[in-house]
Amino acid sequence: MKTDVLVIGAGAVGTAITRELTKYQLNVICVDKREDVGGDCSKSNSAIIHTGYDAKPGTLESELVVAANPRYDQLCADLDIPFKRIGAILPAITDEQFEQLPAIKEKAVKNRVYDVEYLSKEQILAMEPNLNPEVKGGLYIPRESIIDPFLFVVAMAENAVANGAKFMLNTEVTGIRMDGDKVVGAETTNGYIEADYIINAAGLFCDDIAAMVGKNDYYVNPRKGQFYILDKNTECKVNHIVLPIPTKVTKGKLMCPTIHGNMLVGPTAEDLTDKYDKSTNAEGLDSIRVDVQKLIPGVKLSDTITQYSGLRPNRNPEGLNIDTYDDVKHYVNLSGVRSTGLTNSVSCGTYVASILKKMGLDMKWNENFISKRKGIVRIKDLPKEEQHKMIEKNPLYGNIVCRCETVTEGEIVDAIHSPIPATTVDAVKRRLRAGMGRCQGGFCGPKVIEIIARELGVEPKDVRKGHSESYMVCGKVK
Amino acid sequence: MYEIKCDVCVVGGGPAGLSAAVAAKKAGAEDVLIVERDESLGGILQQCIHPGFGLKLFNEELTGPEYYGRFIDEAEKVGVKTMLGSMVLDVTENVVTCINSEYGVCEIEAKSIVLAMGCRERTRANIVIPGTRPAGVYTAGTAQRLMNRQNEMVGKKVVILGSGDIGMIMARRLTLEGAKVEAVVEIMDFLAGLTRNRVQCLDDFGIPLLLSHTVVDIKGNNRVESVVIAEVDENKKPIESTKREIECDTLLLSVGLIPENEVTNKAGIKISPITKGPEVNQYMQTSMPSVFACGNVVHVNDLVDNVSAESATAGKSAALYAAGKLGKADAIAVKTGENVRYVCPQNVVAGDESVDLYFRVMKPEKNVQITVCDGEKVLFKRKAIKVNPGEMEKATVNLNGISELVVSVKEV
Repeated sequence: MKTDVLVIGAGAVGTAITRELTKYQLNVICVDKREDVGGDCSKSNSAIIHTGYDAKPGTLESELVVAANPRYDQLCADLDIPFKRIGAILPAITDEQFEQLPAIKEKAVKNRVYDVEYLSKEQILAMEPNLNPEVKGGLYIPRESIIDPFLFVVAMAENAVANGAKFMLNTEVTGIRMDGDKVVGAETTNGYIEADYIINAAGLFCDDIAAMVGKNDYYVNPRKGQFYILDKNTECKVNHIVLPIPTKVTKGKLMCPTIHGNMLVGPTAEDLTDKYDKSTNAEGLDSIRVDVQKLIPGVKLSDTITQYSGLRPNRNPEGLNIDTYDDVKHYVNLSGVRSTGLTNSVSCGTYVASILKKMGLDMKWNENFISKRKGIVRIKDLPKEEQHKMIEKNPLYGNIVCRCETVTEGEIVDAIHSPIPATTVDAVKRRLRAGMGRCQGGFCGPKVIEIIARELGVEPKDVRKGHSESYMVCGKVK
Repeated sequence: MYEIKCDVCVVGGGPAGLSAAVAAKKAGAEDVLIVERDESLGGILQQCIHPGFGLKLFNEELTGPEYYGRFIDEAEKVGVKTMLGSMVLDVTENVVTCINSEYGVCEIEAKSIVLAMGCRERTRANIVIPGTRPAGVYTAGTAQRLMNRQNEMVGKKVVILGSGDIGMIMARRLTLEGAKVEAVVEIMDFLAGLTRNRVQCLDDFGIPLLLSHTVVDIKGNNRVESVVIAEVDENKKPIESTKREIECDTLLLSVGLIPENEVTNKAGIKISPITKGPEVNQYMQTSMPSVFACGNVVHVNDLVDNVSAESATAGKSAALYAAGKLGKADAIAVKTGENVRYVCPQNVVAGDESVDLYFRVMKPEKNVQITVCDGEKVLFKRKAIKVNPGEMEKATVNLNGISELVVSVKEV
């Protein structure tokens, strides 16, 4: 197999780079060891598109995130995915926190985020009636926004496929071949891929890839973040992203609506060594309760519909880095793309494209680039007349499989046969939310297994939740 | 859009809906329609292939399919209409909106409506079990569906959390299918389900029941590899020194049921914070007078026989309402006294009739007296050797001239 550019990692960053490169007349292959795109950090985070108001001024991260934020309105419209500019507020509960507000605003200005405003106690309580009434005042960051991180990555990947890119999943890079001081290809579990240029966007595992080209100047440790998702029907809600005043250690635990109307509460920040440890623990979950109650005393964590944890790829030494090396030519290394990574991804795409051009890659504009992608039509969002027409066209749209999130069999079949096929229970869930509602797949789970098996022509015992070993059932009863 | 009309529209074709529809028809309703999301009638009983149903109603021990089979026969005989594969999305005073492969979006105009959507299972997240999120964590009912309707074996080495009836029944079912059930773990110091199920499903198969224990961790990144269990103290906090790991590939959860009231909520019908189901009077009438409710959508029952009985009341009342023979009178709230968690119906309309009050206690007690009082006047009195939150109690009272009702359970 041969390609102009090989992108390692199909998370938000790798996918955004892949999509960006399809704007040029290039062959692009994106590989990922997982069974689906957006498989690691990109699927379990706080789903926020940041402004960069609190980045470290003067850093590459600040530059990229500030540049990325304004792109999302058009991008999400093009990709047919939901996006809401709901804004964030930073309430100061204590006097000490209140005194920190000017410094935070000043930092925002240094980051060229000029629209951060002070809020009086009255203003902030009017915006968020469920805030701790002790609040002294706060800041408003209007362009902080929310997105569906799974759909975002899937949509970018599908759009990249429509523009000629190739995604190879379940494909782990095991070595990188060099010819002198230049990379020439990668050994993978799916065979050798000859590549003129290689981009390392492996996130949590980018240090392992870097080591393959002899670079050991940093390492990545996972920083775990545990979250609660609350039922859409929980009474105590917020309208904005409610952020605590950060401490030296962490940005702290927030509460915000998700794009689908649930409440998201978390995350913790725990430094780990095991890159596969995505477990939640009682201490972490309890610390969320304690901290978030300081902001929103009425938050009802008993309305939780799930808890999960994600791993941020924490670089040591810290900081977002996009590196090139004199002794490893035709290779770009991204590391430390962390909390702002989802936002940054599109900037990383543009930035990496410019690096490749400088490196000498012939980048002719692809005049046929299709910027728009159409997602799966969501029956529940249509007016009754439209629903009716869809069902007339395809009766499977009339069979509701997931009752909590109103997902039809027709939509599940569409997802299974989409450009990045959803072949696992989790992949279906992430695209359509089947199983993400309050019954957590109790009702639709068995049906989803049946539908996947039927559509892929396999036995139910061959259907997986996610990874290759995550079988759902183990054969027939006697 | 497809539009139809009927006298009584029943949402749900499980045991509650079937019983209500038959009763409505028998009470004179001309046109009775069941709307059911499944492709067949019977509801959750379709996966309950074990015996134990009908002891009260038929004086016989039937399997789930045998039990609802009798109601389907009856429904066919009296001429109940059905619309299968149809999910109800909305209910208003007189319109049920559903979606169906054959007809698309359907609006059913009904003179009265019976809600019989049953319940769903509480999940891992509801009880916050920390750990990884591998495949192999199932609610007991989901596992039961996979095994009994789809013939899929869920796992080979199983731990069950919660001593609810479905969990115990699944312990036996899995054992019969060759799986090893390592333990049934219950956080309370008493059994959640029926005693007879403990005897027949656990004791007879030598499956250990660990009371005052819970699951504190789930391990395995892909499929469940083990769970960690621990004994709990009097505050239900796990005791560190008692932690032990049990190797298994499956964790089943039988940790309670919640009435399924999405459409009820959307309709703005008053929901009880205790039962999580609509509040009803003795006619099973909700706060929206044209809408009735019955079965597990109102409160989680332990015997389907009770569901059938109260659903027959709902069906009959709905038929009377459709015929203009039942209105909405002022109701008196039924109060919960000592050791009573809830009473269903939650309110009653006074009049010369006897009604059954179903209730659950908060905690197990022995040698008690159950009373229903109207002020100083004792309307009902019965001694019981023991009461248990897992077993629903019943008291029958006459409502002639009452001004209040208090149900209490006191030790004697």
